[in-house]
Parts: sequence; C-alpha cells; structure tokens
Amino acid sequence: MAVPLNDGSALDGPPVSYDGDLERLEIELLLEGVFRHYGFDFRSYAYASIRRRLWKRVEAEGLSSISELQALVLHDSAAMDRLLLDLSINVTAMFRDPDFYRAFRSDVVPLLRTYPFIRIWHAGCSTGEEVYSAAIVLEEEGLLDRARIYATDINDRVLKQAKAGIFPLNRMQEYTENYIRAGGERSFSEYYTAMYDGALFSPALTRNTVFSQHNLVTDRSFSEFHMVFCRNVLIYFDRALQDRVHSLFYDSLVMFGILALGSKESLRFSQYEDCYQILHVKERIYRKSK
Amino acid sequence: MAYDIGVIGTSWGGLAALHQFLAELPRSFRLPIVIVQHRHKESGQLLPGLLQEDTGLCVCEVDDKTPIVGGNVYIAPANYHVLVERGHLALSTDEPVAFSRPSIDVTFVSAADAYRKGVVGVVLTGANADGSRGLKRIADHGGLAIVQRPDTAESPTMPAAALQAVPGAQALTIREIAATLSSLPLAPVRQQRTGT
Repeated sequence: MAVPLNDGSALDGPPVSYDGDLERLEIELLLEGVFRHYGFDFRSYAYASIRRRLWKRVEAEGLSSISELQALVLHDSAAMDRLLLDLSINVTAMFRDPDFYRAFRSDVVPLLRTYPFIRIWHAGCSTGEEVYSAAIVLEEEGLLDRARIYATDINDRVLKQAKAGIFPLNRMQEYTENYIRAGGERSFSEYYTAMYDGALFSPALTRNTVFSQHNLVTDRSFSEFHMVFCRNVLIYFDRALQDRVHSLFYDSLVMFGILALGSKESLRFSQYEDCYQILHVKERIYRKSK
Repeated sequence: MAYDIGVIGTSWGGLAALHQFLAELPRSFRLPIVIVQHRHKESGQLLPGLLQEDTGLCVCEVDDKTPIVGGNVYIAPANYHVLVERGHLALSTDEPVAFSRPSIDVTFVSAADAYRKGVVGVVLTGANADGSRGLKRIADHGGLAIVQRPDTAESPTMPAAALQAVPGAQALTIREIAATLSSLPLAPVRQQRTGT
C-alpha cells in the first residue's frame, strides 16, 4: 500500500550532514546580531523551538543555512519583520483548554469579585485570543466594568491584530465548542459579527483594555496587578529567562494576586515555587502568598 | 553503540500496543522513553494513569522543561508538541503538523538532532503516515529505527509507511521490540543512573 509521506511541509531542520556544533554557533551569532542591530532579544529562547522556527524561515526565504539568514535579516529590515513574526507569534485558540476557563470562572472570579477595582495583565497576548476569552467570562460575571486590562506583547503587528478583534471565521465552530465546554451559557455568536471570512468581535469586550508593547525579556514591571495571565508563553523561554520572568510577575502581583500559567507549565522548577499557593493544581493557577 | 533515549510514536490502536509494550519491560529498564500517542486535544490526563497500571516504571505526562531521567516513561500531553533537547523535554503550541499535535515527526526529528545516533525510534500501529519522516531522520543520523511488523499491527498503515521511508528499519513484534530495547547498551550518563 502506497502512503504519501506527510504533507511536504518544512523540514524544520538542516540536512543530516550539517554539523550540530556549527549550527548552534550560527544560531547564537544570528540571535546576537538581531539583538544588537534591532534590539529584539531572542538569545534566551528555548533552543529546540527557536531552531525549528529559524529553519522554517530559512526554507521560506529559499536559503540553505542559518548564516545566510543572518546576512539577509541584518541587511533587509522587511526580512527581519518576517522573522520577527515567526519567532514571536504564539499559536493559540479562543478558550484553549476549556477546563482552564471553567476553573477561572469557578475558582478565580469569586476572588476577583472581592476587589472594587481589578487590574489584569495578559503577558505575551499574541493575537489576543486569550484576552477576548477572559473578557467574555468577566463580562458574563459582571466584572468587566470594574476591570482594567493590560494586554502586552513584544510584537507590534500581533498587537494591532489583537486590537482589531478579527479572528478567522472558519475557527468559530471550534471556538464555540470550546466556549460551551468552558461553561459558557450564552450563544457564542452573540459576541461576534461575521464579515467576509472574518469574525469581528464586539469592541465592547475590550472597552477597558489597553494594548501595548512590552518585552518580557528586557522591560520591567509597569503596574501592580490582581491577576497575571501568561499561558504557553514561557514554554518558548529557557530556564534562566523563565526565572527572570517569574521574578517580574512576582513583583507585579499584589499580595494574594493570581498567576495563571499554561496547563503544562509549572512553578515546580522555579525559585518562586515557595511564594505561591496552588489554587488549582491541574490548571496551574497560583496565588501569591508571601 | 550506546543509546540516550527512545522515542515511540503511535496512533490508532496505540493504547493496546502500549499496554503490551510496557508490560514487557523489566523493572531494571533504564532507557528514558518518550511516547507520542495521537489523541483528542481535550482527552485530558487519562492516558498516563492507564499506562501506569502496566509497569513499575514511572509514567508521567510531560511538563515544560521536564528533566530526562532514565527509567521514566514520558507521555506527550494532548495539544502540545514535545521537543527533545539535551537533558530535558520542552513543549510547543506551534501549528499542528500533518493535522497532528502532538506530532510524532516533530518529536522524532528533535530527538535525532539533539542526540544524533543515541536515539532509538519506534513506530507502532496507526492509520496515518506520521512518524515516517522522523524515523528517517533518526536512521540518517545513525540511530536505531524500529517498526512494528505491519501484519501484527491493529492498523498497519503507519508502520508500513515508516518501513517504506526507512527500508532498513527492523520490523518486529511488540514483544521483540520490548526485548530489543531492554538489551540496548546505554550511554554513560544513563549507566551511572542505573548504578544508583
């Protein structure tokens, strides 16, 4: 039986003959060059995934080595923009991990309700799926009007996309199912208007949201928050950078503030483990306790 | 030849095959194993618990940056890719590859590139072609390529595709695969752990 070999998508790696140590050197040089020339610091990103993304860009540009990509992006800022998108977009979905949003509604919302005014930070919000998902829960729980939400990302282009609130129409069936599994009781289509192949989400959902550029690698804390969302962002960082960002979150949270990580991210290996209580063990929701 | 890590990919029919495979492994087994089983993105954490019943080895679902330790069996979580780095496992939510996340190819390729010839790749039963490209990469780097004998697989498509991509791969029954993996020499760092 003849079975087609995969879908012909990018190889995601160099030819087998490529020297692994040389490749690591080339990647370090490229990241150093990008940092010094453009100021974007990807030097502490997790190696295997940044490597995979770099090779995808090498292939997409029709090149054959990391060094060639380095020359291209240093001399051509449009190529750098394309690389920046590859390196900084975190793929996600509305109500990704419905169980998380169920836990947010049942275990976190009652705590947020005790504050007269709520400040929330979505750190590394990418194209905004999580910002809108959380806003829908807050709206349904009557908390959106007393919330001030900061959604930040390193990449200006994804922030513009997030702000526009237009998501692919062909994902709405999946997002509707996620919403229902997450405990949503309204009709999900109340929240968007279909237009061409996009779904435009109600601007009312972001009425109290500020979208702004912030770099988790180099920037400092900018306010005190009652809750920080940072789900499936830290997986792209190495351990040292994860620790740095955990220190930023710790400094940015009020006492008893909430930290929500991705469901496969853990404080277990970090030096801040002792500073939080576990609020929801499976969904990795923590509460600052000292 | 000494081995650092084993990676196993399976899809349709995988649960029964994995039950049988794990039950065959001796308690002294020390090669770290990463299992990528295709499953629904909301399937939760049932799988590690089910597989733990078969073995005295520690079966756990991968958290980001989980250290790779000999004698452990790591399960790829639903809806994430697992990338093998030297010493630990990292996660990614990048786009599905050939409609799969976790993708067997992504894990196999990363294992081959991180540990080169120190990798054993195993493709078990499944109804698609995921794993073929990854197994080829493992073989190209000088690692050991093993495929479940298609006539013994609940769904022969995936092992047959892998054999087509890597004609030199060993085609074995589940029992033979477990015996082969149990008798492989381990890389020095793994042997030290065995001694403790």
